[in-house]
Amino acid sequence: MAYSQQINGWLRKIPAWPLYFLLPIPGIYTFALALLNQLGPDPLYELIRTFGERGLQLIILTLLISPIRRWTGVSLLKYRRAIGLVSFYYICGHMLVWIAIDQGWNVNTIIEEIIKRPFITVGMFGFLTMFPLAVTSNNYSIRKLGALMWNKIHRLVYLAGAAGVIHYLLVVKAWPMEPIVYTVIVAVLLAIRLWWKINKKKKKPA
Amino acid sequence: MVKFNSEYTYADVTPKSYWLNRRKLMMGGAGAVLASTFAGNVWGKAFPSPIASPYSTDQEPHSFEDITTYNNFYEFGTRKGDPANNAHNLTTEPWSVKIDGLCDNPGEYSVHELIEKYPIEERIYRLRCVEAWSMIVPWIGFELGKLIEDSIPSSNANYVAFETLVRPEEMIGQRSGFLDWPYREGLRMDEAMNPLTILSVGLYGDVMPKQNGAPIRLVVPWKYGFKSIKSIVRISFTEEMPPTTWNDQNPREYGFYSNVNPNVSHPRWSQASERVIGTGLFAKKIPTLMFNGYEEHVAHLYEGMDLAENY
Repeated sequence: MAYSQQINGWLRKIPAWPLYFLLPIPGIYTFALALLNQLGPDPLYELIRTFGERGLQLIILTLLISPIRRWTGVSLLKYRRAIGLVSFYYICGHMLVWIAIDQGWNVNTIIEEIIKRPFITVGMFGFLTMFPLAVTSNNYSIRKLGALMWNKIHRLVYLAGAAGVIHYLLVVKAWPMEPIVYTVIVAVLLAIRLWWKINKKKKKPA
Repeated sequence: MVKFNSEYTYADVTPKSYWLNRRKLMMGGAGAVLASTFAGNVWGKAFPSPIASPYSTDQEPHSFEDITTYNNFYEFGTRKGDPANNAHNLTTEPWSVKIDGLCDNPGEYSVHELIEKYPIEERIYRLRCVEAWSMIVPWIGFELGKLIEDSIPSSNANYVAFETLVRPEEMIGQRSGFLDWPYREGLRMDEAMNPLTILSVGLYGDVMPKQNGAPIRLVVPWKYGFKSIKSIVRISFTEEMPPTTWNDQNPREYGFYSNVNPNVSHPRWSQASERVIGTGLFAKKIPTLMFNGYEEHVAHLYEGMDLAENY
């Protein structure tokens, strides 16, 4: 515990705001490579995949913050909002590249694809669950909604994480490693929440 | 007769920078000029003068770089760049192909023997992947039908089955069970006998790069790419429709026939159009053609068949 106090002490000196600039850098870099035709023979697919994967990685990172705090005492809580919001930006980019470049803004086929292809349906569902999270990721919303309601809304991130990995599993052929690894990680992180909930109930007097 | 010379490596053949530059030049519109330079190239290649074929498309082939860095060859990993990174471990010499099953003249041939025995042609074919992308590849090879004729299949040999090498020590993807190895493919006898169907032993006038299915692979240009099985070690004649890898893995998505068909949508990808590899981020998709544009040569094989049912 002494170590965690010390780490928390250091963390107090490191503000969260630079994350809004630092975390998007890999995405901007990938986008620049795509524009310069330096992203391999199939830049469109590579760009879509990279944005999606980065978004998923950041969602997983937000899900890790509570377990880390409970088990080690190290609190990264103040960075969670920035990580969550940037994950939303990546997912927006992921979707926007698909809509604008892959589908060329063709609304009819976009709607048709969302309905017809399970991996797109699930992906779109995941995006929709992130939307209320993103618009309420500010102090004003916490005050306005109250902590209890705000926390309830932000449990939607569990759905977003689950939708993200299912989307990934459905889009690939056969059973490659990456989506399986992400699925296991998200499943474990969600199972931890379930475990906490069950234990909390047990402790309550009947 | 063209002789195979295994002493040559790619380094001896073509300065890589030339291929790399070529794509950039093509984008500048100099493609036609370069193409003519290529037709009369003077480098010491394994197949310096393959027979030109009327079956070749007159479309400009993709660059060597595109063809050899963007591959689906799950034996070496599932990402497109994995085969280029991992296939160098594959030992392709010696290599033999076993012919067995329902035939009067089974045998086992080295790739050298096959190359000496059959006329080696260049076939510039469109390649359409089930994932809705496409490229154009200048294959080197010979007609599978000639090998089949020499094997004298029995009258009840209705299908031809193919198998890829299993060697997990060298094929890193085979250490995971995401597909059921060996990779298997199959064709109906008339499909296998069609003159478009080739066993390919090279591309761009040289031996087959390992990531493209060295040393010998099938090319069936009117079917989705996964039918064109790579690094073949066995060809068998069977009476019943043979099991095939992707069909076993997901029968709803990958049929035995898997003919390129813009009218039959795949559960995950629309097949109506395709993105052409190597044309940049904002390139327009092109419409996919029935039988990948080879309709006049193969449509008769499927007369009276419901192609939506037999996908």
